[in-house]
Amino acid sequence: MNKTILQARGVERRFDATLALQATDLDVAENDFITILGPSGCGKSTLLRIVAGLDRQTAGEVMLDGRRIDGPGADRGMVFQSYTLFPWLTVLDNVCFGLRERGLPRDQQLDIAHSFLLKVGLKGFASHYPKQLSGGMQQRTALARALANTPRMLLMDEPFGALDHQTRELMQELLQGIWEAEQKTVLFVTHDIDEAVFMGTRVVVMSARPGRIKLDRVVPLAHPRHYAVKTTPAFMALKAELTEAVREEVLAAQRASEATSGAAPP
Amino acid sequence: MKPLVAVAPGTRVVLGVSFFVLFVAVWAAVTFGGLVPKIFLADPLQMLRSGWVLLTQMGFAHDIGMTLWRVVGGFVLAALLALPLGILMGAYKPIEAFFEPFVSFARYLPASAFIPLLILWVGIGEAQKLAVIFIGSFFQLVLMIAVIVGNTRRDLVEAAYTLGSSDASLVRRVLIPGAAPDIAETLRMVLGWAWTYVIVAELIGASSGIGHMITDSQALLATDQIIFGIIVIGLIGLVSDLLFKWLNRRLFPWAQLGR
Repeated sequence: MNKTILQARGVERRFDATLALQATDLDVAENDFITILGPSGCGKSTLLRIVAGLDRQTAGEVMLDGRRIDGPGADRGMVFQSYTLFPWLTVLDNVCFGLRERGLPRDQQLDIAHSFLLKVGLKGFASHYPKQLSGGMQQRTALARALANTPRMLLMDEPFGALDHQTRELMQELLQGIWEAEQKTVLFVTHDIDEAVFMGTRVVVMSARPGRIKLDRVVPLAHPRHYAVKTTPAFMALKAELTEAVREEVLAAQRASEATSGAAPP
Repeated sequence: MKPLVAVAPGTRVVLGVSFFVLFVAVWAAVTFGGLVPKIFLADPLQMLRSGWVLLTQMGFAHDIGMTLWRVVGGFVLAALLALPLGILMGAYKPIEAFFEPFVSFARYLPASAFIPLLILWVGIGEAQKLAVIFIGSFFQLVLMIAVIVGNTRRDLVEAAYTLGSSDASLVRRVLIPGAAPDIAETLRMVLGWAWTYVIVAELIGASSGIGHMITDSQALLATDQIIFGIIVIGLIGLVSDLLFKWLNRRLFPWAQLGR
């Protein structure tokens, strides 16, 4: 077991009267790839945003390498579900964005940016604008932009959620390969169970609102992983267990929303 | 015709030009046909003839130059002050809370109603003309720029923060470049409004300018000259609009993608 780098202790988030996230503990070790599963509105994105420093917990604390997180920073790179490339910058300058913030000389910025564009397979697209790229290519650029900053952790909030199924599978393999090569620590929110098992070294399932960690499983699959692993018995067994656990929570969430909407027409 | 279906570029030009032709044809028909007395509406040829006389013998080119300088001068002044204030208001909510109510009030004050007051304060010289245009465009610009900057996509802001941006560099590297094309578009629109203010300013207490020529012509019942003056304003407006559009496309190629 590697050294723990991120510790969440009793992290809670309230929005006025609703408790979105109930006192949650989570330890992330160096080089972990933790996928977080759960029904929509279970607080999984909220937890990720608190780690990113984009949202603030109402109780508890999160420590990264022993230092309290109290705002966003370049040590936690993030890839969002929405396309967040800066539309006025070329692909290359998008990847340079964080490097320029750090004050690196331009030629170093370019070296680093080109090497990461190569890794995500966008070598020939450096001078394109984001709007000229497909959704999958935009997310690859966003990944390169986050990685170029050499963050301590990579936070991913359903990064492939808006992509079609085939593109999504290719992106999973690409990210898997990069993670194996770069030895990054990743926190990855998704609602796709296949994705969670294929990508993760650990899968965490969160309960319906108020969100809390309900299940925490180590994924018993060796690396490097090939997409064919998705049909092995070990994969299927874990997937079955997680499917049950998530389904229970989805049903619970549905009952809760029906109860609050009361006599609403069908 | 189907709703919202685009028209080919060539057809677009032909259609646009044909309405101008139709407009002049109707004008010629009612004037040459004697449907309207000459004293109320001059015919197109008469208008062109007196336009030529105005330009060659009566120094109308100087009037056009004066009007141009007033519009551009007043507008540039307004833009230079409105840009920083608008950007600050859009970016920082306390600054917006401080200025926004007053600016919202001030933009409804009609610039033309300030003319008597401005004459009292600064006389009937150039300062008065510039001031009218300034008042007419400054408050509008400030508010529109503040709204544009304030509407910056929040996910882009968050992305910048996770890439290590400070608050100051967020404004400089995300808010301003992201808002720039829309701000340029706003400048183009407000410049059009500035043209209406300058003529009003020149109708009262001016000794040069297109508006001054129009008031003089009214006393002589010279509708041909008035119409020529109005058409010149329209043409200059059209040219400056096209220039602005061309410049915006050149400066912000990325904003044209996917439109």
